Amino acid sequence: MTSLAHTGAILPNQRGWLGNVSDHFWRRPGLLIFLMLVPALLWLGIVYLGSLLALLLQSFFSIDEFSGLIKHELTLKTYGELFKPQNLDIIVRTTLMAGIVTLASAVIAFPIAYMAARYARGKWKALFYLGIMLPLWASYLVKVYAWKLILAKEGILNWMFEKLGLTWLLEGWLALPLIGGNSLSISYTGTFLVFLYVWMPFMILPIQAAIERVPTNLLDAAADLGATPRQSFWKVLFPLALPGIIAGSIFTFSLTLGDYIIPQIVGNSQFFIGQAVYSHQGTAGNIPLAAAFTVVPILIMGVYLWLAKRAGAFDAL
Amino acid sequence: MRSENRAPLGLKVAAAAGLLFMLAPLALIFLYAFSTEDRTYAWPPPGLTLDWFAVTWNRRDVWEALTLSVQVAAVSTVIALIFGTLIAAAVSGTKFFGRETISLLVILPIALPGIITGISLRSAFNLMDIPFSFWTIVLGHATFCIVVVYNNAVARFRRLHGSLVEAAMDLGADGFQTFRYVILPNLGTALLAGGMLAFALSFDEVIVTTFTAGQQQTLPIWMLEELIRPRQRPVTNVVAMVVVLVTFLPILAAFYLTRGGEQSTAGMGK
Repeated sequence: MTSLAHTGAILPNQRGWLGNVSDHFWRRPGLLIFLMLVPALLWLGIVYLGSLLALLLQSFFSIDEFSGLIKHELTLKTYGELFKPQNLDIIVRTTLMAGIVTLASAVIAFPIAYMAARYARGKWKALFYLGIMLPLWASYLVKVYAWKLILAKEGILNWMFEKLGLTWLLEGWLALPLIGGNSLSISYTGTFLVFLYVWMPFMILPIQAAIERVPTNLLDAAADLGATPRQSFWKVLFPLALPGIIAGSIFTFSLTLGDYIIPQIVGNSQFFIGQAVYSHQGTAGNIPLAAAFTVVPILIMGVYLWLAKRAGAFDAL
Repeated sequence: MRSENRAPLGLKVAAAAGLLFMLAPLALIFLYAFSTEDRTYAWPPPGLTLDWFAVTWNRRDVWEALTLSVQVAAVSTVIALIFGTLIAAAVSGTKFFGRETISLLVILPIALPGIITGISLRSAFNLMDIPFSFWTIVLGHATFCIVVVYNNAVARFRRLHGSLVEAAMDLGADGFQTFRYVILPNLGTALLAGGMLAFALSFDEVIVTTFTAGQQQTLPIWMLEELIRPRQRPVTNVVAMVVVLVTFLPILAAFYLTRGGEQSTAGMGK
């Protein structure tokens, strides 16, 4: 005999215990979300946050200068060491380099993003997209390696300067103090070029997205009201694209700040923050100082993100 | 009257120069792989040859490094796929306390410089006396791969209408059936794309790996040693070219899979 329950809107459970579990979750969606989050949060919480906090804790320890052993008592002594001239030098050098690389990236990335967002259509759009994505995702080390080939004394750049009869220009540049050096691959100029090449692509997509969001009729309106193309670019488009530029600069700035491989391969022997961290935790065995050094980029990035947020960059991400 | 779509000449030149700056060095890698020169980075190459491909093919250290890299990338991708999808599903379906914090936590391993992730993992392993192994590398890689999968999955969940799920339920499907027959097929390509990007990311990672690998050599670590102390330049040239190819294919595939609307997710954060 068919009971009333079978004809009602609510079907009886036909799938055994699996169905029961499913019904249970349906009644308590919070439980399902909780169960979905637990494994991932355990992973991120223990593996990542746990190690991060352990590292931060160690920056409050100090190292005994005589025995070289780590003293496990809380002190700010290690942070004091950051303000020694040679360490301050490293911090200033790295921050300056990251700033200059970011500015240069914006200058190179903007026309590409602008062209891709406003003028490229159809086949060209796809080509632009791939032309941006391939260098963005190409192997980091291979990109550095390519520049080792380019900057080498016997490499293509020197060859080109020679063929164009401009070797004097290159030599004059290398003779300059600070940015020069014995050859391109051991000068700040070389380090800058490689940083620029490796981290600039990260800036293009955020700028492109910001430009794409600017409605065309705003530009038309500016033109109708008598603005020259130059005026409507600087008064209308550029201010609206600025959050995108700032969003992109977060990537280039942060990535340059933490890189320790590029200056190790192309550049003179002056340390950057990443190299200082690496050498202090490695051969020197001074984990507290290494940990204190890692706090520097975290702090700089904190300030940078705060400023970027005030400039409205997060809506552009 | 100004809406005609002609780019100013100056812009065209600047964009072309920018793209040339981005792509020419990669083209150079391909050319050097065929160079006969084996002692210097001489340009132009004195001659072209295929010999170095054979030499590289017979190198055991290269094969071992490649195998380790592929294994690490595969395992990390699977872990990232599971966690990334779970978090994306939980975060996008509902609003609950701490939701923003969870998104931040997922993005943090990518937002902070890699050296910080690396050194904190290394010091945690030291503190807990965990010896370096295959799994210590995976631990690091999976952590920063989660965000790539998460980004792709969240973007897709946003497009997936809640009414689809409700319709499935109204038609009598239970939660698991809805997941299997409605949600998963809709999520499929986004997960595939996210998975491939995660694979490419892990396959290429060097900064965190230098801290978590100990004596083991992944392919990027092998390349790094060659960069610091060049010993076999021709073999390195060939390996560099192969690495470029191996990372390009997933990017191309991911591009075709996510075409239409959410392209920018592929580039978010590396």
